[in-house]
Amino acid sequence: MHIMEGFLPPVHALGWTAVSVPFLAWGLRSMGRGLRAHPERRMLLGVAAAFAFLLSALKLPSVTGSCSHPTGVGLGALLFGPVAMVPVGFVVLLFQALLLAHGGITTLGANVFSMAIVGPCVSYGVFRAVAALGLTRSAAVFLAACVGDLATYVTTSAQLAWAFPAASGGFAASFLKFAGIFALTQVPIAISEGLLTVLVVNAMARFNAHELRALPVMAVRAREPA
Amino acid sequence: MKRRTWWILAAVILLTVLPLWLARAPAGGFGGADDAARQAVGTIAPGYRPWFAPLVEPASAEIASLLFALQAAAGAGVIGFWLGLSVARERARRAADPTREYDADR
Repeated sequence: MHIMEGFLPPVHALGWTAVSVPFLAWGLRSMGRGLRAHPERRMLLGVAAAFAFLLSALKLPSVTGSCSHPTGVGLGALLFGPVAMVPVGFVVLLFQALLLAHGGITTLGANVFSMAIVGPCVSYGVFRAVAALGLTRSAAVFLAACVGDLATYVTTSAQLAWAFPAASGGFAASFLKFAGIFALTQVPIAISEGLLTVLVVNAMARFNAHELRALPVMAVRAREPA
Repeated sequence: MKRRTWWILAAVILLTVLPLWLARAPAGGFGGADDAARQAVGTIAPGYRPWFAPLVEPASAEIASLLFALQAAAGAGVIGFWLGLSVARERARRAADPTREYDADR
C-alpha cells in the first residue's frame, strides 16, 4: 500500500499530511495518557507494535501474481483503540521510507492515513459491530483484522485514483485499475492477517487475562465457545 | 498447543504458498504491488514525473532484504520474548499454587 516517493502531486501530498498530523498528535497523547494510567499495559503495547513491525515486513505472494504485505495494525486497534495505532504505523512507515526507499517522505501523510488511520478505525468498528451481533471473540477478531487490512488497500487505491483520474472514465475507472492491483492482491493476505491476529489474541487471552480484562475494548468481549 | 492453533498456522502457510502455483505467472512474476501501481500511474498519466526522489536508497536488493529482515526480526524478537516470559510466568504460578486451575488447562 506504499505510495512511492514523489508519486503524489504536491497538493495531494500536503493535503494528506495535513489530515494525518492531527491524528498522530491525538494518538501520541492518548498513548501517553493510557500508559501513565496503566503502566502494566506496556508489555502488550510492545507486542502490538512488534506485530505491526513483523507483519509489515513480510511481503507475501498473492493470487494476482504480485506481492504485498499485511499491516498488522488491527491487533493494536482492538486492544488499545484505533488512535493508539497511529504513532505505531507512523514509525513503521517512517523506517521504511527513510531506510528502504519503500514509500516516501512526501507520501508519508497519505500512507499514514491509509495504514495507520483508516485500517485501525475500520478494524475497531468491525470488531464492535461483530461483537454486538453476538459472534465469538475469534470471529470478531478475525473479521476485524481482515477487513481493516483490506480497507487500507482500498484507501490507497482511492488516494491514487483521486490523484490520477483516468482520461476516460475519471476517478471510477482509475479506482478500479488501482483496486485491481492493491485490493485484489490483498485478499488472501488479509485472510492470513486475520488468522494470525486471532492466534495472538488467543495467546493474550491465555497468558494475559488479567491485563486484557482491564482493557476497554475487550470489555465488549463476545462470548467464546465452551 | 491447542489443535486449533496448528490448523490456523497451516491455513496461513497454505494461503501463502498456494498463490505461487495458482497465479498465472506474469512476466517477471511476483514483483511488488507498489511497483505495479507505479506502472499504472505511468499508463494513466504518461506525462507525470515524480517530483521527489528517496533520500537514501538501499545499495542493492540484498541490502534491502537485510533491512526488511531486520525489521521482521525486531518484531518477532519482542513477540518471542513476551511468549517465553508468559509461559515461564504461568509455570511459576502453577508451581507456587498447584491446586488452582488455570485457563491454560482448558
